[in-house]
Amino acid sequence: MKWVLRAGLLAIFAFFVLGPIGNLVIWSVAEQWFWPNRLPSQWGFRFWEVVFRPTGRAMESLWLSIWIALLTTAVCLVVSVPAGYALARGKLPWRPIVMLIFLLPQAFPNLPVYINIARIFFEYDLNGTVAGVVMVHAVHGLVFSVWIATAAFAAIDPELEQAARNIGASGPRTFFEVTLPLALPGIVASAIFVFLESLDEFTGSYFVGAPEIRTLPLMLYSAGAGGNIQIAAISALILLVPSILFMLLVERFLKGEVLAKMGR
Amino acid sequence: MGPTRGVSVLLIFPALAMALALFIYPLGYSLVGAFQDKAGVWTLGNFVRAWELYRLDTLFTVFIVGLSTFLIAVISVSIGGYLTLGNSPVAKKILDWLYRWPLFVPFIVAALCMRTFLGRNGMMNNAFVFLGLMDQEMAQSFLDWRGIVITFVWKQTPFVTLMVAGAMAGLDRSTIDAARNLGASRLRVLLEIVVPQIRRTLAVGLILSFVTMMSVLSVPIMLSGQSPSMLTVNMAWRINSVGDYGTANALGFVSYLLTGLAAWFYLREAVRDKQQGLTR
Repeated sequence: MKWVLRAGLLAIFAFFVLGPIGNLVIWSVAEQWFWPNRLPSQWGFRFWEVVFRPTGRAMESLWLSIWIALLTTAVCLVVSVPAGYALARGKLPWRPIVMLIFLLPQAFPNLPVYINIARIFFEYDLNGTVAGVVMVHAVHGLVFSVWIATAAFAAIDPELEQAARNIGASGPRTFFEVTLPLALPGIVASAIFVFLESLDEFTGSYFVGAPEIRTLPLMLYSAGAGGNIQIAAISALILLVPSILFMLLVERFLKGEVLAKMGR
Repeated sequence: MGPTRGVSVLLIFPALAMALALFIYPLGYSLVGAFQDKAGVWTLGNFVRAWELYRLDTLFTVFIVGLSTFLIAVISVSIGGYLTLGNSPVAKKILDWLYRWPLFVPFIVAALCMRTFLGRNGMMNNAFVFLGLMDQEMAQSFLDWRGIVITFVWKQTPFVTLMVAGAMAGLDRSTIDAARNLGASRLRVLLEIVVPQIRRTLAVGLILSFVTMMSVLSVPIMLSGQSPSMLTVNMAWRINSVGDYGTANALGFVSYLLTGLAAWFYLREAVRDKQQGLTR
């Protein structure tokens, strides 16, 4: 008797967790779906063809989004690997304040900040440019990349570096041949995270990029608002693929126990 | 060992400059902008206008985000509790696999999912009708404040649960087992032994969720266009339709205050914890 109750509760939970995603999948293959039909009256992949047509605007948005996410990841890595190394190993004046500055973008609601970035960017003609959107995404990604890089460098046993120095390796050589390879898994995890955050970002792109820069989330929004539910649903499913892949991968990089230690 | 002071400063400079130029500077800009009119004269006029136009929406925002935070706390503690104290290994495994699905679903996708799921003819109502729990005529759309709350809870619960369940897994089992052996119910063990020990982690997760929900534009803008709406929608409206940065910044200031208040509660608790630890 007890297991019936248990199975029932799990089924209800599963319905609420997976139902919304399932509904989206149905919409993506619904060619005709009118009220009060409970399921589409005509199924098919017609809208997938529309989205994946090489000249279509959806593909254009997808490639643009991927391009922006790649640039954002590159910018974040270039500045946060040295920063993380300095925070973990170096002698920095006011270290706690510096750490706090890198935490602030996560501690404040960022929409009012984006509004003002757009206002500042207006003077420099950066609104509606890829560079402008990348900068907005990068400052958001910086929180994760700096903190994770710092943690990754801090976790390395300094004696390993000391040993390399003792046998005559120079400082830079020690860094590139001992320290960096050891920190790499953490840095890769942060890069994936920054990439995904950029790919999914909506608010910043909305204020700084729109209407010239139509990333996939912005396209999804206007398709949804315009009543093209199928197009919006397919774009949403495309956005979901990397997210779900990452969820399956993240187990290996970020354990719940590690997440629990953050913020302590 | 490690880079010298000079080298360290050099290494951190690009990242720090980026954070200062692209976050701290616009943040300061928004704080100053809240107290200036279009000509740059210091004034409280923006707040007067924000109060006249948006006091209901401010309450509405606090209500939605507060209710969502509360529900996230209840559900994440329940899931974490079952994962820690549950009897059935199979059920635990399924639950552990199930709850994380929405974790990395982007907000904009979550909003679209819910728009189709919670609509009058959405999958939720259809399932209720199909199971005979409800008549077709009774079906109503949930695409209003309830939809926003459901979407926030759906999206943010896995994040807090991951933190909470992780902290619970790290607890010393002996006190839990001792209490169980003395005959304490599982609910009592959860509420009186487990939750007090993971309180801090839960609070951090809830505050991060609170801040996130305060700045999400896509969910309220896609789910519910009608009034009252959330502050994020109002700010976007002031900018895009009226070009009124003053009022938008005043509303931004209000949202900083609200999250600041949440963080302050947490810090007060944390300090009290430390003091108790010292006097004990």
